[in-house]
Amino acid sequence: MRSSVIVFPGSNCDRDIAVALQKMQFKNKMVWHKETALPKSDLIIIPGGFSYGDYLRSGAIAGKSLIIEEVVKAAKFGSLVLGICNGFQILTETGLLKGTLLRNKNLKFINKDVHIKVINNTTKFTSKYKLNQILKLNIAHNEGNFFTDNDHLKELNNDNLIAFKYSDEKGNTSNLSNPNGALDNIAGIFNDKKNILGMMPHPERMVDNLISNKDGVNLFSSLLG
Amino acid sequence: MEIDNKIIEKHGLKTEEFKIIQKLLKRSPNLLELGIFSAMWNEHCSYKSSKIHLKKLPTKGKQVIQGPGENAGVIDIGDDDAIIFKIESHNHPSYIEPYQGAATGVGGILRDVFTMGARPIALLNSIHFGSPAHPKTKSLLNGVVSGIGGYGNCIGIPTVAGETKFNDTYNDNILVNAMAVGHAKKNKIFYSKAKGVNKAVVYVGSKTGRDGIHGASMASAEFDDNSDEKKPTVQVGDPFTEKLLLEACLELMRDDSIIAIQDMGAAGLTSSSVEMASKGSLGIELNLDKVPCREENMSPYEIMLSESQERMLIILEDGKENHARKIFKKWDLDFIIIGRTTNTKKLTLKYNNKIEGEIPIEALASKAPIYDRKWTKKALPKSKFNIKKLKHIKLEDGLIKILSSPNHSNKSWVTNQYDQMVMCDTVQKSGSDAAIIRIHNKDKAIAVAVDSSANYCKSHPISGGKQIVCENWRNLISVGAKPLAITNCLNFGNPENNDVMGEFAECLEGIKDACKYLNYPVVSGNVSFYNGTNNKNIYPTPVIGGVGLIDKLSQPINHNLKEDKNLLILIGKTFGHLEQSCFLKENFSMEDGKPPKINLINEKNNGEAVLELIKEKYVLSCHDISNGGLLVALSEMSIGSRLGVNINKPKKLVNLIEYFFGEDQGRYILEINAKNLSKVDKILKKNNIYYENIGLTQKDYFEIDGEMKIDINDLFKINNQWYNKF
Repeated sequence: MRSSVIVFPGSNCDRDIAVALQKMQFKNKMVWHKETALPKSDLIIIPGGFSYGDYLRSGAIAGKSLIIEEVVKAAKFGSLVLGICNGFQILTETGLLKGTLLRNKNLKFINKDVHIKVINNTTKFTSKYKLNQILKLNIAHNEGNFFTDNDHLKELNNDNLIAFKYSDEKGNTSNLSNPNGALDNIAGIFNDKKNILGMMPHPERMVDNLISNKDGVNLFSSLLG
Repeated sequence: MEIDNKIIEKHGLKTEEFKIIQKLLKRSPNLLELGIFSAMWNEHCSYKSSKIHLKKLPTKGKQVIQGPGENAGVIDIGDDDAIIFKIESHNHPSYIEPYQGAATGVGGILRDVFTMGARPIALLNSIHFGSPAHPKTKSLLNGVVSGIGGYGNCIGIPTVAGETKFNDTYNDNILVNAMAVGHAKKNKIFYSKAKGVNKAVVYVGSKTGRDGIHGASMASAEFDDNSDEKKPTVQVGDPFTEKLLLEACLELMRDDSIIAIQDMGAAGLTSSSVEMASKGSLGIELNLDKVPCREENMSPYEIMLSESQERMLIILEDGKENHARKIFKKWDLDFIIIGRTTNTKKLTLKYNNKIEGEIPIEALASKAPIYDRKWTKKALPKSKFNIKKLKHIKLEDGLIKILSSPNHSNKSWVTNQYDQMVMCDTVQKSGSDAAIIRIHNKDKAIAVAVDSSANYCKSHPISGGKQIVCENWRNLISVGAKPLAITNCLNFGNPENNDVMGEFAECLEGIKDACKYLNYPVVSGNVSFYNGTNNKNIYPTPVIGGVGLIDKLSQPINHNLKEDKNLLILIGKTFGHLEQSCFLKENFSMEDGKPPKINLINEKNNGEAVLELIKEKYVLSCHDISNGGLLVALSEMSIGSRLGVNINKPKKLVNLIEYFFGEDQGRYILEINAKNLSKVDKILKKNNIYYENIGLTQKDYFEIDGEMKIDINDLFKINNQWYNKF
């Protein structure tokens, strides 16, 4: 499996994702934001970080960058695209994913381990997980409060486009298990063709028992097929 | 323009100091030159009041590659790896503008570390606020915490450990100390010493603005009357640009293009250029019209004294300019040759080819005044305390009072605002005795911790100085690391006050004794004087940041209990020292008496024995006993794991309050499997270590035989409510 990681100057989870991909035997390339063509790849990843500083709206400038045009083209041809954290924010800025990510409800940066529940395990990103499986992943963001309009929310529910929801360790999804105020506890969504996944939690931080756990591993092994 | 007494005073210089300047220059300085002298001769840059005391600190050791005097200290952690680290204060700016003050404190200390060729791998902080009841405390706490997080989270370096404390003494002068730790290859360390004449002096990074100009109010008024050009004197941080600067510098550092490199920190372009020239016994000539400016019509005075952030000065090898320029262009940063090294041993400042100022380098550096200020010794306070006169209080009530107090409540409200995991090498986050950071791609790790004990230092500075070093050492031991070296941030009041100077001299004396005995040298640090308002000085607050090595990383050790029915043993003797304890402070608002005695021999022996037990894998969890004594330490072990304990009452006839809340030093609690007791006993006996079996771990209840029994979930709640209510 060939993967490409887009590196913006303010990306800061690029090395982390590269380490995880290497561990999982992906053939990975790092793609600098000033490049105008993508290497041939089956999977494009937009990593976490602060793309161009994010002093405007998170991901707003990155959503207009040259390399992102190439990502949009590739995505429309069906290439798999994974946006994590800032990557998810950028995907909503490009329109590849609908909805937006607002400031966390408590108006603070939040870094902690949270539980998420697998809502759809029939996609190329999630097939190795069990339906309703509870994962413990790490979140680290200022703007992770997912919001969208009613029509899109209906579409997300009707077409099974919700990937993960924040839950407690038993799988209950409620305000108590919602770290950032996200609509319906949504932590990750697919586009209608399910070749694009945007998620706020960091699976790449969960591939090593020494620093955390291995709950992120199956996302990568799902992608390997 | 005429330099009169008023201008001299506004530059923070004394009349006698001005006379020395005239003598050194053999004339009067112009305003630009005066500004430069004031920047270089101030306490922050010249260490004029502290130097003679700092010289006494032990700074050498087999593990030390570079001690104090460079941008940061460098230690050897085996193989080809070096750790570069330093702590620095940003107290005054953080009080004026907490978010930016704290953020730029983090930015500044990061530059000190990556200037030397290290990739930063961890951030720590020690922040001290006034009373929670003080009207400013809440907004200062909010601002500082989000500023620290805002910078570290954006640049992508984990903030892994720290301390957040409250005390009335900081009501009008908070402390914000930030520490950065980086990793470099031993043979790829960069220094600030200039070498060679006619080498290019290159300015890289952000543009220069009018922020942070020393004496900005006066400067603006003197140069032009456009008052709308006045800008706040607190610098503004831009972590995104710092990230670019970090990556660009590390990329250029891959080969040998750089002769010397220095970040522009306090006193900006002035101190960076003077320092590089001074260390290399060279001169330096700068063309100030070439300096990239953010604003129009900036004067040489403003350019030289601006403290705009995210800038570096580099002296390049011949012929490397294009190569270097390409790298900085890739990262969209300014790269401009603004001058050359010379053999004149002078700082020569030109603007549009006209010499605007010229000062011998040694006048700014080695000839700067040094003061042996008067100081008074502090006697050990006499004991007035008598436990028998204390109103009876139940153990449980005493404990609850401490665990629910601002200083002892769980700090996840703070630490959850910091990205602790980015870089994916954080083996142990904050909340333990020390954080553990893996060296990337290797199976070894470093442990890091910061500590301070202002009330001990206030009561008896020598004991206090010793105590913080020991506590820091214990914290590293408790996670299985061999302590290697420290950095210190010395926060004190006005050095012109004999008592404050005495606190400084004697705290340093204590730090020196402990560092020497424990082979725990000081490799970098920072002095912050004049912390106080209206003649009220803060408590002496030296902060110690320590780094230790775990050479074979397996399962990390922390203080969370692991399993029920394990043995708990207490290493070290308990005498029941309650004076200056947090028990008396939180329960009776008593702050008098002397701090606990430090026995360095016991510290060393006990610590080394614990380390041996951890290496032999007999230790399941470990916690050092500090503030709050045995009972607070035990409850922290329980709360983290939601496992209870069942503790025996001491066999000897002792006062329970003294036994459970006394703050005697050199003690640890270890959780061990009962089947290993004989082997543990053998090692401890061999090393002549005193220990007691104090009880067992158990499910659900935190219990002291016949004295107290609390549901562990209740204990957790008690410890986790203060921040959320505040």
